[in-house]
Amino acid sequence: MKPRHKKLVIIASAVTALGIASVLVLNAFQSNLVFFFSPSQVVAKEAPIGKSFRIGGLVTEGSVQREDGSTTVRFSVTDTAETIPVVYTGILPDLFREGKGVVAQGKIAANGIFQADEVLAKHDENYMPPEAAEALEQAAKAQKASLVQ
Amino acid sequence: MAINWFKYSSPASFYSLAGKMIPFFTVIAIILLAAGLYVGFFIAPTDFQQGEAYRIIFIHVPAAWMSMFLYVVMAFWAGIGLAFNTRLSAMFASAIAPTGAMFTFVALWTGSLWGKPMWGTWWVWDARLTSELILLFLYIGFMSLQAAIDDPRRADKAGAIIALVGVVNIPIIYFSVQWWNTLHQGASVSVNQAPSMATTMLLGMLIMVFASWMYSIAIILKRIRVIILERESHTSWVAELQKKGTVS
Repeated sequence: MKPRHKKLVIIASAVTALGIASVLVLNAFQSNLVFFFSPSQVVAKEAPIGKSFRIGGLVTEGSVQREDGSTTVRFSVTDTAETIPVVYTGILPDLFREGKGVVAQGKIAANGIFQADEVLAKHDENYMPPEAAEALEQAAKAQKASLVQ
Repeated sequence: MAINWFKYSSPASFYSLAGKMIPFFTVIAIILLAAGLYVGFFIAPTDFQQGEAYRIIFIHVPAAWMSMFLYVVMAFWAGIGLAFNTRLSAMFASAIAPTGAMFTFVALWTGSLWGKPMWGTWWVWDARLTSELILLFLYIGFMSLQAAIDDPRRADKAGAIIALVGVVNIPIIYFSVQWWNTLHQGASVSVNQAPSMATTMLLGMLIMVFASWMYSIAIILKRIRVIILERESHTSWVAELQKKGTVS
């Protein structure tokens, strides 16, 4: 082997070793890299209950209730399997909507309600004009109706 | 006709080749930039969720892609330079770093401006945002390390090691939204899936991506010419250029 080829092999194997090492490290940190916990994980007590953590999921349809004369809002977060009630006082982001993604930071109180001190909207990766979104919704409704029949 | 590629691996001949290529790439970059911005701001439709605010995507996504792509190219040339001791490859790596850092900064900055109205926050420490910030630090680390070492050949070697080590961050950035729960949404455009974007939106974004490529090539060639002049200032061909008055 020529010396410069030997050098290339050394560099390539060093980079490979480094890659494997980082995969292992990331694998070990997997649970700590989680930005939020799903309601199912909270129910299964995988979330750090008692400490502040983030919960993420969809805002349950029809669950949003605003208290008169204050910015307090009650809603629930669901991952379709489990649902956690949330209460929050403050300004909600523009994209906060029923049926859409949300990430809330806070603690679970003794009464089982998640007391949020920050609510962020998590949107999806779909971008389309409103007419296309409407057409999709109509199609989904039609499909649902035909399933019921 | 066989082109003697090795001829252009000598800094002196690459200097003049780069000089000829710069106007070409600059013109294409300007045309594509104008077309991309026009499609993005006037032809692409309003988004059903985000309204007009989503249009920052036409800057944000090309910048984020370039930030990752340029890093890989930089690490590739730095690695080649380290392995084969070729001068021009190391100069390429040094010339790419500032543009890569600029795109990384733009991606983080526009992302922050976008995050505030849509997510409700300027910044969160989720895996995607954090790994992109690490990328900025890698670029800055590469540039400062090279600047700190006086001997250019030693600076090249030290920089190459940072560049190669940092490559592991690239797949982490790219797959972060799949591997972990993040606030950042998943990819709208990927290799194995139909893009989840309306066609004109996608078109505008892709034109902006090509514009960024052309801009990057033009500015990197420009920068490499400066680096060549600096490092070859002791040679007779640079002295000749100076005599002719083409270089001040």
